Amino acid sequence: MIISLNNEITEITAQTLLSDALIQWGFGETKIAVAINGEFVPRSTYNLREILAGDQIDIVKPVGGG
Amino acid sequence: MSHTLPEKNFTLYGETFSSRFLLGTALYTSPQIMRDAITQSRCEIVTLGLRRQNPADRAGDAIWQFIQESGCRLLPNTAGCKSVKEAVTLAEMSREIFNTDWIKLEVIGDDYNLQPDPFGLVEASDILIKKGFKVLPYCTDDLILCKRLVDVGCEVLMPWGAPIGTGQGLLNRYSLRTLRERLANMPMIIDAGLGAPSQAAEAMEMGFDGILLNTAVAKAHNPPLMAEAFADAIDAGRKAYKAGLMQKRQTASPSTPTIGQPFWHQ
Repeated sequence: MIISLNNEITEITAQTLLSDALIQWGFGETKIAVAINGEFVPRSTYNLREILAGDQIDIVKPVGGG
Repeated sequence: MSHTLPEKNFTLYGETFSSRFLLGTALYTSPQIMRDAITQSRCEIVTLGLRRQNPADRAGDAIWQFIQESGCRLLPNTAGCKSVKEAVTLAEMSREIFNTDWIKLEVIGDDYNLQPDPFGLVEASDILIKKGFKVLPYCTDDLILCKRLVDVGCEVLMPWGAPIGTGQGLLNRYSLRTLRERLANMPMIIDAGLGAPSQAAEAMEMGFDGILLNTAVAKAHNPPLMAEAFADAIDAGRKAYKAGLMQKRQTASPSTPTIGQPFWHQ
């Protein structure tokens, strides 16, 4: 199924959990935060949240800022 | 007479600091220069942000490592957010990733001058404070906006000196002086638009409590030296405010006594 990952179209197997997807995408040990469809997803729920077709997933990391 | 040591009485949301200089961590030519600028600035609070990144992109790792090693308090921002929802979501992501409920709240209302959206800012502040955040709003110098931000629970205000990255200094002294007089007990940090240490000193002389800036240091030819220059200027401005500036006069008044002047022609 098709989703959007950081604004890029990405394909992923149906019924994948967010926690598994993050490992698959290479974010396993990285310091990140996640939002799906504009809503914050707490880290404690990564293994409960199943990715759905059409989800818009934003994954962010620390950067310098003013 | 001994030198006056830096006062440790700059209190924001119950935390007390010695330095009144908050430094941004963007735009440096290298992470090492950023680190050196942080050191020379003597700052105790740094701002930083969150952005989408590919997992393979490790460019931000060194910056993050140096920021952590600095021991500074983290003040994450919601830079670039143009709606209340975006800002609230990014603040929640920041709280988790940086383990802090402090947030420099930006809700931008115009692409041209990056002017804060006053209506969105008040709404987002209200939501975030109810969610337990300690909001430091990047706002304009509008008195009524600032009063509304105080009404919803902001304990610090961060009015702009000028639009972000312009280096134009204090563009609206009347509004800033009015703010300082009308909200006399509210900690206020001039955030953005300063280009020279003299401008930071002027803001401090006016009675503002601190200075937040990034571009003026990061874009200097020698950022660590400029960071030190701003730190010295902020200290000087604070001392001048505490010492009390003299009243301006229209006419000259001799400083050397005139009594006993030789060659005096009556």
